[in-house]
Amino acid sequence: MKIGIVVFPGSNCDYDCLTSFSRLAGEEGLRAETKYVWHKESAPETFDAYVLPGGFSYGDYLRCGAIARFSPIMEEVKAHAEAGRPVIGICNGFQILCEAGLLPGALYMNRDLNFICEHVFLRTERNDTIFTSECRKGEVLNIPIAHGEGNYYADDETLERLEGENLVAFRYCTKDGLVKPEVNPNGSRNNIAGIFNKERTILGMMPHPERAAEIGLGSDDGRKIIVSLLKSLAK
Amino acid sequence: MVESLPKDPLITPELIADHGLTPEEYERLKGILKREPTYTELGIFSVMWSEHCSYKNSRKQLKNFPTEGPQVLIKAGEENAGVIDVGDGWAVAFKVESHNHPSAVEPFQGAATGVGGILRDIFTMGARPVINMNSLRFGRPNSGQVQQLVDGVVGGIAHYGNCMGIPTIGGDVYYDETYETNCLVNAFSLGVMKINEIQRGEATGVGNPVFYVGAATGKDGIHGATFASTELTEESEAKRSSVQVGDPFMEKLLLEACLELFQTDHIVGIQDMGAAGLTCSTCETASRGGSGVEIDVALVPQREANMTPYEILLSESQERMLVIVKKGREEAVHKIFEKWDLHAVEIGHVTDDGLMRVKYNGKVVAEIPAREIADDAPLYDPPATKPRYLKAVSAWKLSELPQPGSDMTGILTKLLSEPTIGSKKDIYRRYDHMVRTGTVVLPGSDAAVFWMREADKYLSLSADCNGRYCYLDPVMGSRIAVAESARNIVCSGGRPLALTDCLNFGNPTKPEIYWQFKACVEGLKEGCEAFNTPVTGGNVSFYNENPEGAIDPTPLVVMVGQIDKKEHITTQWFKKEGDVVCLLDGLQDDQLAGIGGSEYLRRIHDLKTGCPPVMELEKEKALQDVLLEAIRSGIIRSAHDVSEGGLAVCAAECCFTAPMELESEAVVLGAKLDFSPVARRTPRHDALLFGEQQSRVIVSLAPENLTALEEMAGKAGVQCDLLGTVGGGELTIMVNGETLIKGEVKELGKAWRDAYANAAKTSE
Repeated sequence: MKIGIVVFPGSNCDYDCLTSFSRLAGEEGLRAETKYVWHKESAPETFDAYVLPGGFSYGDYLRCGAIARFSPIMEEVKAHAEAGRPVIGICNGFQILCEAGLLPGALYMNRDLNFICEHVFLRTERNDTIFTSECRKGEVLNIPIAHGEGNYYADDETLERLEGENLVAFRYCTKDGLVKPEVNPNGSRNNIAGIFNKERTILGMMPHPERAAEIGLGSDDGRKIIVSLLKSLAK
Repeated sequence: MVESLPKDPLITPELIADHGLTPEEYERLKGILKREPTYTELGIFSVMWSEHCSYKNSRKQLKNFPTEGPQVLIKAGEENAGVIDVGDGWAVAFKVESHNHPSAVEPFQGAATGVGGILRDIFTMGARPVINMNSLRFGRPNSGQVQQLVDGVVGGIAHYGNCMGIPTIGGDVYYDETYETNCLVNAFSLGVMKINEIQRGEATGVGNPVFYVGAATGKDGIHGATFASTELTEESEAKRSSVQVGDPFMEKLLLEACLELFQTDHIVGIQDMGAAGLTCSTCETASRGGSGVEIDVALVPQREANMTPYEILLSESQERMLVIVKKGREEAVHKIFEKWDLHAVEIGHVTDDGLMRVKYNGKVVAEIPAREIADDAPLYDPPATKPRYLKAVSAWKLSELPQPGSDMTGILTKLLSEPTIGSKKDIYRRYDHMVRTGTVVLPGSDAAVFWMREADKYLSLSADCNGRYCYLDPVMGSRIAVAESARNIVCSGGRPLALTDCLNFGNPTKPEIYWQFKACVEGLKEGCEAFNTPVTGGNVSFYNENPEGAIDPTPLVVMVGQIDKKEHITTQWFKKEGDVVCLLDGLQDDQLAGIGGSEYLRRIHDLKTGCPPVMELEKEKALQDVLLEAIRSGIIRSAHDVSEGGLAVCAAECCFTAPMELESEAVVLGAKLDFSPVARRTPRHDALLFGEQQSRVIVSLAPENLTALEEMAGKAGVQCDLLGTVGGGELTIMVNGETLIKGEVKELGKAWRDAYANAAKTSE
């Protein structure tokens, strides 16, 4: 399998994604080729999955992800996604997916207006997807966030649809899996930390699974998400 | 023929004084040029000979620092940053630098560009920056002004570092009256590279083109270096234009483009444009290369119309580099910068006449011998007088202090609520401290520990300096700064390698300030020798002073150590019920038992006096050697050194500082301790609990390993006292059957965690 890690100018979790995806593939005995894809490439080789990593694409001086979506590579990512092939957007990658219209809603400034970097708990809302098959339903994952604009917003109608179609991937919760306002770090509606598209082939999430992919970093819960995707690609 | 421009002002004694040059310096300048300077040349000399660039008041003292060692690859002063060997062909470049004045005037941009500047110093060496730290000093947080300053400075550091994708993993913060109107912002960065990838900042090879790369030049930051070389006054506000504006996105592009360039062999040298911008980078590259450089500043990309050569040369616009390219490789270099959408413009070439020649549309506007201006700056040895206040300070006796009341738990809680002692999470949570997935110890332990994945090496880093100690006894205080940073590294399982320093002082032309400076340099030197940690570079920041007076001398040390094996990594919090708790004590002979200069004395008794804790370096070294041996033998579960707040604060911190991130609530492990063995050698209870006596570390270990530890300590002449056991939800400290401290760990932890918020709440 071939996995493309898209590098926008200002991406800064590209290295972390590359090292964690390739290491975990190795540990699982899967043959995976992980490669950086420069954003100016309009028709690169074919990839089985794209990763849009975190960072500050174009400095995020306008709205997060608002310029990145115009990068030549995004045409290719869109075509890939429309063909039903997997895309995962993490942090800035999630913001770009929203800006590009591949996922609904938007990421606003955090409720307290500051950047927040810390470990949080996430409740896995469903495990019948290519991104969560390694998790139990309702499993609580310990994965860090690091963002200034991660406050998920969608209008009532969209939110209703997301909830109705079970497209919420993760919610901020307590250690015991309770979804409460006091553990909502950024003011996201319904404590949403990540969502799927209708077909559940695209995942956008603010927390960083690649930062929790080995126990030496305090948690290896993030590996479940990455390994789920890797295994589904191997099938 | 050097020409003045039609609009150049006439050079008068007033204009010379405005440029910060003395009449003697002006004569010296003329001696070098062998003629009168043009206005442009006057500007060049003014920044090159500013304190900030020339170190004219400090260089003679700095020569006393030990700078050599088998681990040192690039020594202090040789290049933009020192480089040390970390084994297996890998090296790290690191340095700390101040951005105090800009941050005082414009906190957000001042701090942000401080980070940007230090990052360029690192990647210009060929290294990829992977660690940021910072050391901050503010006034008391109960004023709105200080709160805004804290918010602005932290916001600026976060803005720059987060966007660059470099984790900010540690540092230190003090809140003290002395920094009320002179905050300190010292930014540190460390980068990693293969030894054979080290880049040099030199211009060699006659005819090689000189490239300007990165952001366009604007009028921001003109005379920033000169601004940083004077005291802050009311008028400083008017010099706001001396503060640069940072663009971390631009710097990220510049970083990636430069690192890509370093993978080729297209260049002979590279130098960042920091203080004094284009002027300094051309002079220094020519001086180092033993060559000359000729540039035409009309070719420099400009952000504003009608900039004069004077302005272009002196601008401190950020995110710019000077690159000396091999002739014939111009096209290849252009291609790399085009990929990253960056300017790369050929503005001149290397010559062999030793001159820095500046043209403007073909006209020569400055022509200065490069080596002389860079290396022959005036050097001073200002008069130094022992400050008068020291007499009273050193005569202070413990007997002058009233005996404490019975509520020791109350005092402990109060000290834990001190923002200087309490949690710094409010700050580090705003920094991305996890990017690059190497932060194996989250912020909050004695030292920051980082795994450099690309090199598979573990580094341990610590920033330390207690300015109050240095005020009360500069030699002792500076020794402690070095000793404590080394001790923190050892507590984390590492061995100290080298250090960088940032010397923050008042106005050096005042003899009492200069005496403090000289004494601090002496103390640092002794410390460096004791731990075999050479100084690899750093920065001097004078004039941290306003009409009310100078800051406490603050010679900040950032030490870099290495942890040889992952298994050695040790953190400060208790790990397991039933473990035994011991104090390893180097037994410093301290008449005041660590009360002099302590937080206890300052905050509980409102006294800033007494000799600071004693630091005999051999005793400290013996302690550190035993501790490291014990850690490496695998018997130590936690190690936390005694510092501000003393033994009781240290013990409390062992109970509740485990990162909350990993649990939904704070991990709470109480302890039942008996300090009687320590009480036998301590004059009174407040000194026992809150004295900051040096060379002490609280460790916890499995009971079956106690004998092994006692044997190791015994052999080295280090005291090892059994204090008690880990367990329960309370911290109790007894002495001779009397309970001195008894508190719920959860509550003590809350006081510590909410320290800043509570201190900020008690607003004026």
